[in-house]
Amino acid sequence: MANTIVRLWRWFRGLPVVRTALKPASTLSLAFLTLGGFAAGVIFWGSFNTALEATNTTEFCISCHEMESNVYQELQGTIHFVNRSGVRAGCPDCHVPHEWTNKIARKMQASKEVWGHIFGSISTREKFLGLRRHLAEREWARMEANDSLECRNCHSAVSMDLAKQNPRAAQAHERFLFTGERTCIDCHKGIAHRLPDMSGVPGWQ
Amino acid sequence: MRHSWLLLAAVLLAGSTGGSLLAQDAPRLVGPEPFTAEQEAPPMQRQITDDVRVMRNYPDQPPVIPHSIEGYALDLNANKCMSCHARRFTEQSQAPMISVTHYQDRDGNTLGGLAPRRYPCLSCHVPQTTARPLVENMFADMDELTEPERQPGDRGGR
Repeated sequence: MANTIVRLWRWFRGLPVVRTALKPASTLSLAFLTLGGFAAGVIFWGSFNTALEATNTTEFCISCHEMESNVYQELQGTIHFVNRSGVRAGCPDCHVPHEWTNKIARKMQASKEVWGHIFGSISTREKFLGLRRHLAEREWARMEANDSLECRNCHSAVSMDLAKQNPRAAQAHERFLFTGERTCIDCHKGIAHRLPDMSGVPGWQ
Repeated sequence: MRHSWLLLAAVLLAGSTGGSLLAQDAPRLVGPEPFTAEQEAPPMQRQITDDVRVMRNYPDQPPVIPHSIEGYALDLNANKCMSCHARRFTEQSQAPMISVTHYQDRDGNTLGGLAPRRYPCLSCHVPQTTARPLVENMFADMDELTEPERQPGDRGGR
């Protein structure tokens, strides 16, 4: 076993490309290599972030017809799209974590969505409706797991003025939200999209 | 002949001005003139969301909804009303339970859950707005008719 590893390592070190990479540069100056490396790093990181931001917009999401003709149409009638103060929440505001590590993790998971788009898993309205419960459950589970982080990016419990709320809402928030017994998504399902068949979902009947 | 023309003109004038005075607030039921013209929509009325229960005008009147129901799902997939008003959720929501009649089918048999015929809540229960009625409501409560001497006057209801 150890012998095999040693032999593999020797073979790797012996490869022409590896040998060249490990030799000191003979024609390029140290300044070129360091400054050039720095510049290349800036360009790489800049373009990576630009691409990340470009794929993190509502416009990018609805460039696929699955999103544009189903969930985006439903979002348009809701308070997260049009309201008295003119604040709008787009797709990534609720569906992509804002914090870097989790955002990258979600972006990797999204490769499944690219797969789904290519192979048309929800390419028609019927297919979409058939999978709606499954899709919704994934989002509910994600929000339950992170304590409705995407809601709380805008709606924080500490900045909630209960006196300004409807007494009914204030009571419910005091009893369930502030005690930590429930998280936003437990009660506020289907606020931005239509609901799937809710039979068997806790709190519904 | 001349007099009758004058009379007709006077009647027409009185009718048109008087009519326009009366109809200042109420939209005309016949629509715009000519009918192809586009009519400005009246402003949306604010919903009454004070959570105060409203007295029923007769015992089996469906109670009106004293809160906003904007965005509440009520379709084949989901019934948001039942998330608070169903029997098993009234403890946590403190909302009034739907009437026992809603657990019975039309033959009077008690069912395990909400009777399908009672599913579309908004067929009978509706939210209220601050809109002024187009026509004054002359409804008289039954108590006012049977016991007029015991009425305190304006009952303050809507």
